[in-house]
Amino acid sequence: MMPKPMLKDYRPVNYYFVADPSYWPLFGCFGLFATLVGGINMLHHNTFGTYLFLTGIALLVITMFGWFSLVVRESIQGLHSKQMDKTYRWGMMWFIVSEVALFGVFFGALFYTRMFTIPDLSGTAGILAKALLFTKGDTTHIYLWPHFKAAWPLLVNPNPELFPGPERVINTWGIPALNTVLLLSSAVALTWAHWGFKSDNLKQVKIGLILAILLGLVFVGCQAHEYLLAHLEYHLTIYSGIYGATFFMLTGLHAMHVTMGIIMMTVILIRCFKGHFRREHHFAFEAVAWYWHFVDVVWLFLFVFVYWI
Amino acid sequence: MTTHTDVHAHSHPINKGFLSWVARWLFTTNHKDIGTLYLLFSLVMFFVGGVMALIIRTQLFHPGLGFIEPNFYNVMVTVHGLVMIFGVIMPAFVGLANWMVPMMVGAPDMALPRLNNWSFWIIPFAFTIIISTLFLKGSGPNGGWTMYAPLSTTYGPPSMDFLIIGIHLLGISSILGAINIIATILNLRAPGMTMMKMPLFVWAWFITAFLLIGAMPVLAGVVTMMLFDRHFGTSFFSAAGGGDPVMYQHLFWFFGHPEVYIMILPGFGIISEVIATFSRKRLFGYPFMVGAIAAIALLSYVVWGHHMFTAGMAVGAQLFFMYATILIAVPTGIKVFNWIATMFRGSLTFETPMLFALGFVVLFTIGGFSGLMLAIVPADYQYQDTYFVVAHFHYVLVAGALLSIFSGVYYWLPKWTGHYYNETLGQLHFWLTIIGINLTFFPMHFLGLAGMPRRVVDYAPQFMPANMLCTIGAFILGFAQLIFVYIVIRAMMKKGKPADARVWEGSHGLEWTLESPAPYHSFSTPPVIS
Repeated sequence: MMPKPMLKDYRPVNYYFVADPSYWPLFGCFGLFATLVGGINMLHHNTFGTYLFLTGIALLVITMFGWFSLVVRESIQGLHSKQMDKTYRWGMMWFIVSEVALFGVFFGALFYTRMFTIPDLSGTAGILAKALLFTKGDTTHIYLWPHFKAAWPLLVNPNPELFPGPERVINTWGIPALNTVLLLSSAVALTWAHWGFKSDNLKQVKIGLILAILLGLVFVGCQAHEYLLAHLEYHLTIYSGIYGATFFMLTGLHAMHVTMGIIMMTVILIRCFKGHFRREHHFAFEAVAWYWHFVDVVWLFLFVFVYWI
Repeated sequence: MTTHTDVHAHSHPINKGFLSWVARWLFTTNHKDIGTLYLLFSLVMFFVGGVMALIIRTQLFHPGLGFIEPNFYNVMVTVHGLVMIFGVIMPAFVGLANWMVPMMVGAPDMALPRLNNWSFWIIPFAFTIIISTLFLKGSGPNGGWTMYAPLSTTYGPPSMDFLIIGIHLLGISSILGAINIIATILNLRAPGMTMMKMPLFVWAWFITAFLLIGAMPVLAGVVTMMLFDRHFGTSFFSAAGGGDPVMYQHLFWFFGHPEVYIMILPGFGIISEVIATFSRKRLFGYPFMVGAIAAIALLSYVVWGHHMFTAGMAVGAQLFFMYATILIAVPTGIKVFNWIATMFRGSLTFETPMLFALGFVVLFTIGGFSGLMLAIVPADYQYQDTYFVVAHFHYVLVAGALLSIFSGVYYWLPKWTGHYYNETLGQLHFWLTIIGINLTFFPMHFLGLAGMPRRVVDYAPQFMPANMLCTIGAFILGFAQLIFVYIVIRAMMKKGKPADARVWEGSHGLEWTLESPAPYHSFSTPPVIS
């Protein structure tokens, strides 16, 4: 039996707590395995795929719930020393760095396409590329698709029969600009919530969190609306050539991260109501805040490089 | 800040019945248990990948089809590469890190023990998926371990999807493992263990962990694009939609080249420990060794293009990648020079770990030199996709990474088990391995220069004598590893001369202050380093 958490007289231990053996990691392995294998079988139209996929998701959710509850209980019991707190900080920080690398590869694909592929395919390499010998020449253009013209957003693909291009693309100063405002205000709300800890004002923390979550939800709603608009009105889809591919891959990955962030903030909000945090002990909140700000910064890059330039 | 552990009674291994024995290994959060699991898994996969290599070599014993189908040959080449890289070399190094890093920095355990368990157990699941592709309808993945588009997209068999998710799982495992190692090294060092007092193995792994964090997400991203190209109609790697198959190679090798150093930097660390111990001297030029590893790691991010000089690359890019690649010879040269300088006027003895370390220095340097030849663009046009490349990367991966792992295992085995291995058998293993490696891979240089292409199931008759030599060498190399298995099992059964805490006469460092075998929890109270 776990002793009832007593946060009032919170005093962390001064040794490094080494976790006991745990079945949650293995449980999580089964979850990952079932989710991924199920997902691929769905793509291969095997009927069991869907069931396996859903089982996997359920296992992952149970794992997260079980594993995090364990960590929360240890935290409340005061088993997280100051040194342990540092470990969590390093861990979260480097996790976010790995996420930067993940977004980096998709941005890399976008930049590579725009700087090298399109100019080479259309035979329009710039003076600088030519001077630095950074172009492969226009042979592909001449022999394969002599009618292909460079443009961004790319509305006509090199082979329009195979990849029919979009009719038009999302207007930068419509939904995307609104979304920028939404996400930035959400970040402001979250920072304001964080200040609540400094002044021991838990009410401010809760209100700030709720605001941040709501703004995040509106953002996701706008994003969904934008996707519908793109599909139904603009014929901008993931299969409409490289513009659609990079657009949906980047914004989709980001939207997934926003959704995760909202779930994370909701958990933190629930934990706030349960009284898990104190002025000097609220790293879970900070970790989620770091994550949210990371998602925010990624959005700024998306806004500039995907929607605007 | 103090770091002594709360040693719970129930966190000790429970030895009651079969089920609790299984549960102990499945649920363990102990860095030594997890290190052992990593190493044993890697040993098993070593034989899986080895059997594939022998199948390949049997087919190539003489020209003509007959032993296996051409497509199965391609599958073998593909899966052999993936198994050896992700299933053998990487898990073996992570296993060594798990065992040694906490002991070397004076920590009670890894910083995040449950995450550590997860990092390991994901790998068997991933390889269940990857090996299962061999038995799927259609064919196993057959586009080479590099999975180039369009071999993996337009022309890839359905099993390619399972390879993709297998790689995703391996990526998750590596990233979590790397985060754990960084947190351990940054946060759990004993008082007085400053960064510049850390053993070189710890430094090497510290830098490798950063490479993993930067590189593995890139691989995850690029195989995700592949999955989308295969199933959701994106055109990342199809020029018809404005994409570029060469972009696949750029993104893949942006992961792939740091990956090459992920597989060698920990080896550099091991060799630096071993040579210093058996020369009974301090490592020559310690700060330069650290700096050289960091320099190699940094350069590894800007040299990926040398893998694809002939794929269609602008001349300016070729020049850049050529110069940047050749630049790596400078820090690598520093390392080789310092190893030799460490031995200079040392009081050398040649136990098995030292023999493997010396074999590493000589043969890895040969692999490095052939790498320099390949880095030169006009020469590479000649060598690209020939057996010269095969010879090169087997000299750095087998004669490099694998020999360093053997060296490390022999070096630390008495510390792990409390008993010395059988020295005669160890030396026999060494000599057979060295003869096997050179007999297998040295003739490949000449085959490549003479124009024999790689990844072919059949070849012109004039290449037969050299190929026969390669195959004979491969079987010597393969069967010599059974000696290694015997040695390891014997040590695990606690047979052999008992070892004291120091184990080796010239050993120095925190891990040698612990008794042999090392206690279940390494440092319950942190040692103080003056």
